[in-house]
Amino acid sequence: MKTFGGPALFLDRSDINTDEIIPAKYLTEITKEDLKPYILEDLKLPGFDPKGPKTQSARVVVSRANFGCGSSREHAPWVFEVNSITAVIAESFARIFRQNMFNCGMAAIEFPKADLDLIFSHAGDDDAAMNIDIEAQSLTVSGGGKQKTFGFDLSPFDKALVLAGGWVDYADKKY
Amino acid sequence: MGKTTAEKIFEAHLVEEPFPGTKVLKMDVILCHEITTPIAIDDLIRRGKDRVFDPSRIKAVIDHVTPSKDTKTATQAKILRDWARRHGIKDFFDIGANGVCHALFPEKGFIRPGNTVIMGDSHTCTHGAFGAFAAGVGTTDLEVGILKGVCAFRQPKTIRFNVTGALPKGVYAKDVILHIIGKIGVNGATDRVMEFHGETISAMTMESRMTLCNMAIEAGGTSGICQPDMTTVDFLWPFIQGEFASKEAALAEYSKWAADPDADYDQVIDIDVTALQPISTFGYKPDQVKFVADLPDTPVDQIYLGSCTNGRLEDLRIAAGVLKGKRISPSVRGILSPATPKIYKEALHEGLIDIFMEAGFCITNPTCGACLGMSNGVLAEGEVCASTTNRNFMGRMGKGGMVHLMSPATAAASAIEGKIADPRKYL
Repeated sequence: MKTFGGPALFLDRSDINTDEIIPAKYLTEITKEDLKPYILEDLKLPGFDPKGPKTQSARVVVSRANFGCGSSREHAPWVFEVNSITAVIAESFARIFRQNMFNCGMAAIEFPKADLDLIFSHAGDDDAAMNIDIEAQSLTVSGGGKQKTFGFDLSPFDKALVLAGGWVDYADKKY
Repeated sequence: MGKTTAEKIFEAHLVEEPFPGTKVLKMDVILCHEITTPIAIDDLIRRGKDRVFDPSRIKAVIDHVTPSKDTKTATQAKILRDWARRHGIKDFFDIGANGVCHALFPEKGFIRPGNTVIMGDSHTCTHGAFGAFAAGVGTTDLEVGILKGVCAFRQPKTIRFNVTGALPKGVYAKDVILHIIGKIGVNGATDRVMEFHGETISAMTMESRMTLCNMAIEAGGTSGICQPDMTTVDFLWPFIQGEFASKEAALAEYSKWAADPDADYDQVIDIDVTALQPISTFGYKPDQVKFVADLPDTPVDQIYLGSCTNGRLEDLRIAAGVLKGKRISPSVRGILSPATPKIYKEALHEGLIDIFMEAGFCITNPTCGACLGMSNGVLAEGEVCASTTNRNFMGRMGKGGMVHLMSPATAAASAIEGKIADPRKYL
């Protein structure tokens, strides 16, 4: 059973773009690992420190609408991956970013605003954590002594990519 | 029920629908540049799959950082160059022949109506100007495209834009698309194709249509698409005259990709351009737009003319028309990057380069340049650029820098005044 989860990093703004996730000047790096120190470097949000402990410990990012808009750079999912963040939860995603996440065998999961508001109510909890079960299509949010489980939609194709570990192996076998 | 252009293209290229709602399509053209392709090449080598599905359908260019600025970018260029040679990719464009991908590849006639096109670059939507389905993808989709010639898509819905009215003086395709993005928002066309119709579009050159489709992604759009017509045929004629008995025959063939009158749209949006004025962005998102007249006293430090949005000959002619016989303000730096060698050469022959140089502009080689702040023309913290590019995200052109997006005419007028300025008084 494929699960994702761990401490959450809350980024409470819509339209967080790929330049904020990984600035273009780092696109000259040849390996994914080299991107690691530059995660979210240009993102300016009140109380957010790209080099802070919350970023370091995060395994899941929680954000708002149109997450990952802008460039097609897969460096955005990669900079999450090499920082051990393998899932993003948001109200909606830009198409290319969402597909890139699944193509890498990671998860980009959408929740209606009402559910997302409940998830964001844990933003102040130091122990806020997410547990995502891809096969059961459920998210368990915990923090501040409370816990709640939400269901989510996932297309069969995206689910197959996560379970297969990405698109290259899947496509090479099939086409 | 009739079909949209994208639906027709999807139907004609369908390999299979492995799951409901996901369509695997055959790709006609795979475009590559040196930023997003090398990691795909490395991964294919690592997997023992260093192959290409068809070298004649793969086109590659070094354009983002060229000539290379350091060891890392030289390595990226070398990986792409060696790979193109190794696999016999004839349409590979290196220094001396290289230019901005979304200007260079159309100029070579590589994109035809009804094509499916992918590239590891979000502005691939530009090529929809030819009546193609063209989408930006990540490196993994590109890698599979290179290896297998296929790509998977959710079937996108289509928003139809009926654009009517004659463009007023000083108002161009760039103003139209900024107006549309301002109206629908940066998320307004996510997972949607933006299909452009109407007399305003019909009257546009292919260059203007490319400007329009180029920024579809700034509204989240998968592809912009214009309807193939005689303007499309005229542009492509040098490349297709061996395939068709006449232009009329080519038009008849290409017209089969036109949307049916009874096609089903997600939304239909009417845009009347009659009262449109020159537009500029004012914030850090492409949907934050205002009429230039409503942005008084907005000083700028740099002017950038170029990019896949507005670095074509038509753009240079318009900007030169504003700048002719004038000097740019001593408070600004002007940078022009003609988008391709052909454009550069024609601008030289037409005397446009003289006009830019006499006005005080620096001319760079064809490259993506300042647009994404990874090679030349980078801003210092707190600096502002009036730019003909497509993205104004915070720090896009350099950490702490700000970008205002506008047409070449508005950028040229802004160069003269040292602040965002209305071009109409110079036309």
